[in-house]
Amino acid sequence: MLFFDNLLTAFESLRTNLMRSMLTTLGIIIGTAAVIAVVSIVQGLQYLISTQLQGVGATYMIVVPKINQNQGAGVVTRQVKLTWDDGQAILERVPGVDMITPLVAGPLATKYRDRQHQPDFVLGVNEDYPDVNNHTVDTGRFLSRLDVERRRKVAVVGTKVVEELRLGSDPIGKEIYVGNLPVTVVGVMEERGQFLGSDNDNFVFIPFDTALAVFGRHAGDQVQLRLQASSAEITSQVKEGVQQLLRRRHNLSEDQEDDFQIILQDELLDSVSSILGGVTAVIGAVVSVALVVGGIGIMNIMLVSVTERTREIGLRKSVGARRQDILMQFLIEAITLSLIGGVIGLGLGYGIGALVSSLLPGDWPPAHVPMWAVALAFGFCSLVGVVFGIYPASKAARLDPIDALRYE
Amino acid sequence: MALIDVVGVRKTYDMGGDLVHALDGVDMSIEAGEYVAIMGASGSGKSTMMNLLGCLDTPSSGHYLLDGVAVETLDDQELARIRNRKIGIVFQSFNLLARTSALKNVELPLVYAGRPRRERRDLAIRALERVGLGDRLEHRSNELSGGQRQRVAIARALVNEPSILLADEPTGNLDSRTSEEIMALFDELHGAGNTIILVTHEDEVASHAHRVITLRDGSILEDRRRSPVPPRISALGPTTPEDRAELLGAVSPSEAG
Repeated sequence: MLFFDNLLTAFESLRTNLMRSMLTTLGIIIGTAAVIAVVSIVQGLQYLISTQLQGVGATYMIVVPKINQNQGAGVVTRQVKLTWDDGQAILERVPGVDMITPLVAGPLATKYRDRQHQPDFVLGVNEDYPDVNNHTVDTGRFLSRLDVERRRKVAVVGTKVVEELRLGSDPIGKEIYVGNLPVTVVGVMEERGQFLGSDNDNFVFIPFDTALAVFGRHAGDQVQLRLQASSAEITSQVKEGVQQLLRRRHNLSEDQEDDFQIILQDELLDSVSSILGGVTAVIGAVVSVALVVGGIGIMNIMLVSVTERTREIGLRKSVGARRQDILMQFLIEAITLSLIGGVIGLGLGYGIGALVSSLLPGDWPPAHVPMWAVALAFGFCSLVGVVFGIYPASKAARLDPIDALRYE
Repeated sequence: MALIDVVGVRKTYDMGGDLVHALDGVDMSIEAGEYVAIMGASGSGKSTMMNLLGCLDTPSSGHYLLDGVAVETLDDQELARIRNRKIGIVFQSFNLLARTSALKNVELPLVYAGRPRRERRDLAIRALERVGLGDRLEHRSNELSGGQRQRVAIARALVNEPSILLADEPTGNLDSRTSEEIMALFDELHGAGNTIILVTHEDEVASHAHRVITLRDGSILEDRRRSPVPPRISALGPTTPEDRAELLGAVSPSEAG
């Protein structure tokens, strides 16, 4: 009962000093808007990364050479190697591995007639790549086993390369240069769009053995291996099998660490999530400073309000208001002030998130504000209202009615 | 039992080390239905008396019994309840809530009494009609004249049907014609059975009361009853000690306490 009267009184009082109220809540508005905007963008990012990574499936894994950094000075270290021989051994000896591709990357320019273009990657892979990475050919064909074995001078390109080199609507059969090597385009990969600012269609695939010839003899010493386990249930078994096999092949003793790293799709997802979580937490911490500053603004204006309304408080006490009635009145006013800021900030933050999403290139998902973020924002605003409203409110409640009535 | 029994009340303030005795042993008794004026010059202790009677303050020593309740024993919560239920105060400067309708102003004591919304509205309307403002319910306090504001304040004081209507210089901020109207309203309210205590330094106001208690330096100088229809003359009070003794004896049974 009295609660609603207090609420009405709070709105009335805030409306009377509308300009002042708005300025006071600005800190809260900005703080909440920043939180919501960041959350909505990060959520979009997370969603995007998840869908991208889930595209390759839970059975996907990558093996990369690991340069051991814990080696002391003066220790003669063995060159860390991960070769396609390792990859072939995995395919033959680890049960549950159906397909595997090596992957070497090099920074080579491409050329077609008078057009030059620098793709993000020139990748040497084998015929399993489309299945392993769940990336299919759009026109033409992918590299074949024979292409790889015979080191054929053929290439499969991304749509970006087609566009940049002006290969036209029928790029199949055209001859381009990869570095100094003339190759024939045999296929164009399906378009993938942009992702995190990098263009996923800006690459050239050439046969693995051809790539080794182009990149130089050391390229084959440190390759990436990408593979798929035959089913999700045995993924961890496969990982273990790969690990044991590689340790044996690399002659690692019991006390030596792996000189390679096996990354599962799930782990990739987890690490991306934890990085994004960290980013959110850091930004959240910075932003909560804004909310605290906003809270101090509220405390300041509530103290002014209590002083201005000293006579009103005296009168309320003289007609029967108890201390807790006055306390609640001013506390509710502070919380209302804070929550109004929260509501406006929520809308603003959502707007900013939506705007940023629409400005970002590629198929960025629409801004998404999860319910927990809304609840958190409101909870935090209420908390700010209570924490910074309690002092002015208790000051008001403790006023002596006679002094308050006499206040000029 | 009297409605108000004040027995040996002292109120002492500590003004930077100096003890000031605002009230220095006051005894008085007021019956339900009386129309009393408490007079005195500035510094006589009448404001302190008014604060004590209005339960805004408690005595340093002595007893104040209101309706048989010893006010000096009450805590903040109970004092608030007494102020809400038993006392209606009318202030010199009206003390209405700014930019708030007459109705909402009058409802205020009912809000703290915890009355339901509808009942509040009905009672407030009735109180405003009683002071002649039935057609100004939704006017905001800043849209009302001084006399109308004081009427709203009186309606607010009346709305919880208190035992005492306390008025502190109720005409101090009003012109003489409006003052007469307001005093006529008090007379009328007294006629309807309300107990009214006026605190004033103006003879003109005090002349409406049927009993005048004059304070000086924190104690009662004189306590005098008038005839029911008060003559409009300045009352300097009885001049002979015998007169005074007779009057005090007649109206202060608790003098011995």
